[in-house]
Amino acid sequence: MDFGPHLLLAILEGAVGAAVLALTALGLSLVFGVMRVVNVAHGEFFMVGAVVAWFVADAVAGHPAFGFTAALIIAPLVAGLIAVLVDKLVLKQVEYDPEATIVGTIGVLYILQQTALMTYGPEPRPVEAPFSTRIALPWFEWGENGFAMFYPWGLSITSYKLFVIFAAAAVLVVFWLVMSRTRYGLIMRATQLDRETALAFGIPVSRVYSIVFGIGAGLAALAAVLIVPIQQAYYLMGAEPLLLSFIVVIIGGLGSVRGTVVAALMIGMSDGIISVFLSPTLSKIIATLLVALVLVFRPQGLFGTKAA
Amino acid sequence: MSISRKSLLLHLGLIALLFALGFLLPTYHQGNLARIMVLATYAVGYNVLFGYTGLLSLGHAMFFAAGMYGLGLAMHLGGLSPIPAFIVGLLCAALLSAVVAFLALRTIGVAFMIVTLMFAQTAFLTILYFGTYTRGDEGFVIAQATRQIMGFDLTSPTNRYMAALIVFGTALLITARMMQASFGQVLIGVRENEERTTMLGYDVFRHKFAAVIISGVISGAAGATYALLFGYVGATFATVQYSIFPLLWVLLGGAGTTIGPLVGAIFMFYLIDYSSGLTNAYMLIAGVVLVLLTLFARAGIVGEIRKRWVAWLP
Repeated sequence: MDFGPHLLLAILEGAVGAAVLALTALGLSLVFGVMRVVNVAHGEFFMVGAVVAWFVADAVAGHPAFGFTAALIIAPLVAGLIAVLVDKLVLKQVEYDPEATIVGTIGVLYILQQTALMTYGPEPRPVEAPFSTRIALPWFEWGENGFAMFYPWGLSITSYKLFVIFAAAAVLVVFWLVMSRTRYGLIMRATQLDRETALAFGIPVSRVYSIVFGIGAGLAALAAVLIVPIQQAYYLMGAEPLLLSFIVVIIGGLGSVRGTVVAALMIGMSDGIISVFLSPTLSKIIATLLVALVLVFRPQGLFGTKAA
Repeated sequence: MSISRKSLLLHLGLIALLFALGFLLPTYHQGNLARIMVLATYAVGYNVLFGYTGLLSLGHAMFFAAGMYGLGLAMHLGGLSPIPAFIVGLLCAALLSAVVAFLALRTIGVAFMIVTLMFAQTAFLTILYFGTYTRGDEGFVIAQATRQIMGFDLTSPTNRYMAALIVFGTALLITARMMQASFGQVLIGVRENEERTTMLGYDVFRHKFAAVIISGVISGAAGATYALLFGYVGATFATVQYSIFPLLWVLLGGAGTTIGPLVGAIFMFYLIDYSSGLTNAYMLIAGVVLVLLTLFARAGIVGEIRKRWVAWLP
């Protein structure tokens, strides 16, 4: 393939990664924004989503689309319920002390991961995509015979990958509408702005915290269900999305939702594009180091305005 | 008897007990305890920063690995003998901790944890990237013939045990002495109330900086000792898991106590050793213990004993 089609392919692959990353990081960012705690177990909720999706798809007979649709509903619910339990049993008990929450959620991370190892097993397994038509993409070029359109070999995307991009975008829009136009969004934003005043106005802050923590985990699980027909469900798969979500949330500004989405697109796309042209380890080293330095020298993130 | 006399006796008594156990224990447990003492040295180093200074690092594996690879590469590729190689390991850990301290101490709280985590991840990936020399995940073995100090063969079980005891005892006595000196008291002041310590005229940044370096060098010494005594150097020791372990040991044993790191390491080692016989998901135990500690015993074992019964415990 020439450079042009190759780059287009890298951008498309990057967009799939970015879409999933945006959902995952949004969950982490929402939790940090409203509750002011860092959930280190976030990546494991992603993993739980993928593993539950496999169990559901395995249990439902018939066309893969039935299993997938069921997983799309059940997996985020399961992850959300586990998260609500974690909130009630652990986070609430330590009164959302930032350091105790980190240590506690590290514990939750290992509990979820190892439980998956015991029940689901150590081998990665795929979930069948509900539909997966290969769509060849055209490429335009000025050749010897003037302007021409042709289909370069290898330049294609599956219908399912396009669906992932659109589904993630749809969820982001719905999330934004809920946050900005509904009463529930107003309550969450009020809690984020000032916990005490919200409490004084009769907002059940403790219940809001549980729900927010549940929604955060649910978003990660939803992202995992979307990606699991492309990647496989694996009990150690939580580390990568956790690290990338951290990176996104830090670059986008801790707790800023708009910054998170912009940063997710940036990181996801560049991750896809860079890893086509550079050694993946080297690009990860550079990315991790840059993020650490951003946090050191610009703790409000590249887009954030208020201090973390 | 003054408190400092009592605690000195306690520490010397502990070292004497460990010395005696070196001859009394059956070979299997003697080997385990040698390993535990090296890991406890790592925990002692972690405790200086977390327990006494109040800075929670999630990236100490990079200091452990710096000592380990400093010694390992110096012996394996550089052909140095153990003692100069050990010094190389300490220098690597000191250099790395100085750089990390300089950058990471600009942040506080949660940001400090994430920055240390990211630096450690960078260190881990760097080890993988230079796989030609480090052999990446697979690691390399330090030849048995080179692991000798002045005629002592460090591969024999009893010599190995005594070497581990010397390193652990040194780290224990140094930190215990340090915490009684005014320098250590200032560190505790930083942990309890940073602003007040600043107001009293102490240079908080310099004290924290020194604490990171001392903590990093002790962790590096543990890493170098581990490589020397057990002859293996691998990237596993630089993973996040090895940054979580010292946190777990110190929390379990008691943060800010001198003997807590050893107590925590012994408990956790045998808990994991026992449960890995039952299931391959042995890290589940680590997770459950972490959650229970956060919920019910924030002070850890020795911390709870100090709170309830023996108030003078160092």
